[in-house]
Amino acid sequence: MPALPLDDAGPYVAAAYLVFLALILIYVAIMASKLVRIGREVGEINELLDRRDRRAEARDDDDREPAAEESVSR
Amino acid sequence: MFARGLKPLSLASVVLIVGAFALVFFYAPNDADQGFIQKIFYLHVPLAIVALCGFVAGGVWGIQYLRTGDRAHDLRSYVAIHLSLILAVAALITGSIWAKAAWGHWWVCEEPTLVSFLIVFLLYACYQPLRFAIEDPGRQARTAAVFAITAGAFVPLNFLAVRLAESFTHPRVLSATGGSMPGEMRLTFMVSVLAMAVLFVTLWKYELASKQASMQLRALRRRLADDDDPWVPAGRSAAPQQI
Repeated sequence: MPALPLDDAGPYVAAAYLVFLALILIYVAIMASKLVRIGREVGEINELLDRRDRRAEARDDDDREPAAEESVSR
Repeated sequence: MFARGLKPLSLASVVLIVGAFALVFFYAPNDADQGFIQKIFYLHVPLAIVALCGFVAGGVWGIQYLRTGDRAHDLRSYVAIHLSLILAVAALITGSIWAKAAWGHWWVCEEPTLVSFLIVFLLYACYQPLRFAIEDPGRQARTAAVFAITAGAFVPLNFLAVRLAESFTHPRVLSATGGSMPGEMRLTFMVSVLAMAVLFVTLWKYELASKQASMQLRALRRRLADDDDPWVPAGRSAAPQQI
């Protein structure tokens, strides 16, 4: 098999290594987009927790008010 | 669970990949027969070796899953096969580029090494559609494990069959006599294989950690959503949904 001169072989070698790097970059980009989605979901869960806490506080206030009114009337 | 040791592994991958490429282009001599085009070999062969080992590892985790019923093994097997498929695509493309430069053809159908690798690739290309076709997670994991074990056993058999084939034009890198690489080439090749293996393990752990985080988030949402959030269950997926 005759060796290709460097000028001819160079583009093939560059193409092979670029294909590898491109595949790795695409993979990392997909992983990064998944990470962004996970971050967004964490934000949504935090929001859900805040909403739940606020509702629990409002419920506590509602429970406390009638008790306070009763003690005042007495 | 899966994210442990990711930082040093990532660093090791970067150092080894950069080191391997530096050795390829600045240390290893040009092949007397093929010239500069042989540099592709330091990428193509490690990609193929690591992809095939990843397929076998997927089978080993399949066995572990069937033995223990631990869904983490199913996830490990799934991610190993998924990553091996990506590396196999890279091996096929880089091999084709080399073949075009060396043989003048992108693909040679009479060459057992090429055809056998393509068969293995196409076999594993069925893995994801197979998983996707099964909705029940338990059945999906069991069927996928059986597939991974059967296909994993096929990989070394396939390798042996190719070795026993009479004629090939594809160069032999690994042989009983240890090949005919001079010291610099051998060192470069070994570092390249190691770099690819470490890269595989790093990406495998990254994907496992990402999948685990997604699963934990979904479980958390499900627990929180009992009355106030219209939680939508995850749709059908080829990937394991819980561990």
